[in-house]
Amino acid sequence: MSTGEVLLSARGLTKRFGGLVAAEDVSLDLWRGRIHAVIGPNGAGKSTLANLLSGDLPPTSGTVTLGGQDITGHAPHEISRRGLGRSYQKTNIFLPLTVEENVRLASQSRQLHRPWNPLHWVDAATRHVQVQARCERALELAGLQVRRSVVAGICSHGEQRQLEIAMTLATQPQVLLLDEPLAGMGVAEAERMVELLLRLKAEHAIMLVEHDMDAVFALADHLTVMVNGQVIASGMPEAIRNDAGVQSAYLGEEH
Amino acid sequence: MTLANFLIQLLNSVQYGLLLFMLAAGLTLIFGIMGVVNLAHGSFYMLGAYLAYTLAAQMGSLPLAILLGAVLAGLFGFVLERLLFRHFYHRDHLDQVLLTFGLIYVFEELRAVIWGNDVLGVQIPASLDWSIPLTDTLSYPVYRLFISAVCIGLALALYLLISKTRLGMKIRAGAFNRDMTESLGVNIELIHALVFGLGVGLAVVAGMVASPVSSVYPNMGSPVLIMCFVVVVIGGIGSVRGALIAALLVGLVDTFGKVLLPQVAGMLVYVLMAAVLLWRPEGLFKQ
Amino acid sequence: MSAANSHLEVLPRSVQFLLATAIVGLALFPLVGSDYALQSLSRMMILAIFAMSLDLLQGVTGLVSLGHAAYFGLAGYALAFLSPVNDPAALWWTLPAAMALSGAAALIIGFFAVRTHGIYFIMVTMAFAQMLFYLFFDNKVLGGSDGIYVNIRPGSGFVDLENKVTLFYVCLASIVLVYAFLRRLLWSSFGRALVGIRINEHRMKAVGYSTFGYKLSAFTLAGVLAGLAGYLWGALNGFVNPELMGFHMSAHAIMMVILGGMGNFAGAAIGAFVFEGVLHWVKDLPQVGTVRLSDHWQLWMGLFIVAVVVLAPRGVLGLVGAILERLRTGRGESA
Repeated sequence: MSTGEVLLSARGLTKRFGGLVAAEDVSLDLWRGRIHAVIGPNGAGKSTLANLLSGDLPPTSGTVTLGGQDITGHAPHEISRRGLGRSYQKTNIFLPLTVEENVRLASQSRQLHRPWNPLHWVDAATRHVQVQARCERALELAGLQVRRSVVAGICSHGEQRQLEIAMTLATQPQVLLLDEPLAGMGVAEAERMVELLLRLKAEHAIMLVEHDMDAVFALADHLTVMVNGQVIASGMPEAIRNDAGVQSAYLGEEH
Repeated sequence: MTLANFLIQLLNSVQYGLLLFMLAAGLTLIFGIMGVVNLAHGSFYMLGAYLAYTLAAQMGSLPLAILLGAVLAGLFGFVLERLLFRHFYHRDHLDQVLLTFGLIYVFEELRAVIWGNDVLGVQIPASLDWSIPLTDTLSYPVYRLFISAVCIGLALALYLLISKTRLGMKIRAGAFNRDMTESLGVNIELIHALVFGLGVGLAVVAGMVASPVSSVYPNMGSPVLIMCFVVVVIGGIGSVRGALIAALLVGLVDTFGKVLLPQVAGMLVYVLMAAVLLWRPEGLFKQ
Repeated sequence: MSAANSHLEVLPRSVQFLLATAIVGLALFPLVGSDYALQSLSRMMILAIFAMSLDLLQGVTGLVSLGHAAYFGLAGYALAFLSPVNDPAALWWTLPAAMALSGAAALIIGFFAVRTHGIYFIMVTMAFAQMLFYLFFDNKVLGGSDGIYVNIRPGSGFVDLENKVTLFYVCLASIVLVYAFLRRLLWSSFGRALVGIRINEHRMKAVGYSTFGYKLSAFTLAGVLAGLAGYLWGALNGFVNPELMGFHMSAHAIMMVILGGMGNFAGAAIGAFVFEGVLHWVKDLPQVGTVRLSDHWQLWMGLFIVAVVVLAPRGVLGLVGAILERLRTGRGESA
């Protein structure tokens, strides 16, 4: 077990929509150098949790701290700037633009603090050295350099999922929230993604929402199980795997 | 301001607000359920006024004309939805704006061909053409009270329809989840046509009942449409309750504004809208 | 063919060539054209600037504003108020002042409008523009419904807009400069961000962009450029009235942008010329039997608008692009 620092901390996160409780009293910590997987059946509140952490949903109660700063209820773009990167379960890219343009847009966000600065109105988007460097690195990590000039809309599903990751990495975040990165991937692509995540682990704190149990048990340093919006178990993967309560609630006959 | 004056302004506010509500209710329902923005909604109001002119003359009675007009308007709306508007639902807002803007031109032209460009008048029915005295010098026209009464009646009917009837339940279900409602055997296309017919009917009746007071003239729908949009923005799209509250609010601000602060009266409603937007960018009662 | 071109951001060579030819033609036109023709073309060029400013919002950023004419008309009124009764206004400072006024109005209105989305944005922009319309319409001090005259056209030094040829060249220079600036902006980092916001605003926020600031900046800049057009319009016609800020003017501008093809500025300019052309033609239709077709121009315009939206949603350039695609792929298999 690596002894990194806690980069993101959530305490008592609850989200209610009228009478519906989507998430209740969820707490977790994300450490640099560790992958924390969140699993559970459909409707368990995993994506809600990701949305609460990324700012897409304001919590009804509870707090989130990123790098020591309280980010509870902050807007998504602020949280992103503070070093959190989020990938989405449903591919959320710029379909009419090329792969490179997609990643460059994400890499560029750091440079443009002031949209009213006229210098940015007349520069050339492709010629920022730092932006281009970040873009290259993200493309390389995701293995998409060869496909850089292809329009994202006509890429294969697997490539689009890779692009999803590339855009998340392009802002060079410290914390990664990955929502089902392996969804719909073939065996080879999934293997490559697992390799990538293991590589990224050292520098980042990663939260992984996943259904693919093989990948989860191969990757996770820590596991949280959610059912009906609540955390029913949290701890080391092997312990969770053998927990009777978790088995009946979720894992069932699967292993 | 004396009590009598205040009462007069208050009654005027409520009357104006209720008329706006008739239009805004249709607009917000049509937008909330079918997702169509219709710039030609003001044209229906105009149509109502001109229809009142013709039908009242033919039938000799304005109230009867209004009843007939309501039925005709509902049918017209139903047919218009079936033939034209249902093709707009999947289009983006830009296209809808332009298509319905084109429709405004077409309606104006039809109006000019059928009724010409003169300003026309509609008589207040004799039975309603008197005033209730409030003081020695001030009195309030009963016809204006009639307008408010008609609007309140229709608002109640609308409320009962939407919350207490099966049809209303289907309408609400359709707004909430179209596919699910369809799979439950509800004819969603029929619902849409009925809602559209209802919206048009309300707008036309508003135009008809207000015509003796507002006169009948070309392009009379435009200023009303703008106010309608303001009401829907303040009230929240899809919310009939929001439309009612917003319409009354707008009626109050506009009417009292013109009396108390005449130089800036025209702007007050927009200041109200801006203030609401700062607080709730999606209106007071957004669904 | 790999670059994304959904809005024809990269103009085909043929179109670029045509535009260049048109500019040269316009530059030479005063040598042969009548005064009336000069005026008509100046008018079209001004409207093209107005349409291009709207394209920045509509085509590039995806913001459908139904109140853009407010900033157009406001600048025209600024010129009228800054023009002394019997002297020309000084062009060198009144033009920037008028543009600044339009920009300030856009900034203030935009601050409220840009926090809304979708249909709300459309309604709110329309409402605020109507507010300005009624402000001028209802107040005699501001000219009322009759409007205000600009008795003598502005000028500075040897640039005297009373001279029709000078005015023509000022309009031409303006349209070329605005076009060049906007094309440059389209490919700048700011421009790319605006395109990103149009395509997927949610993801833009997720990767760290404060989209409110971008949209507000675009809204304000569009207002400033509309102000340039409005000032020149006031100078050209010598007259401004509240209709210049009205709903019909705003809707016509939207039409022009759609008609030409959105998102690349060339389309907006082309659309302005075509729209004005059609409007003139429709108001000049002949008599057929007892019916004077031109009397019903509103009907023809209405049907024309509907036809364009239904049949050619990507406008003239969209059609050109589709034709070129067909030619390139041979058998007409569209992607």
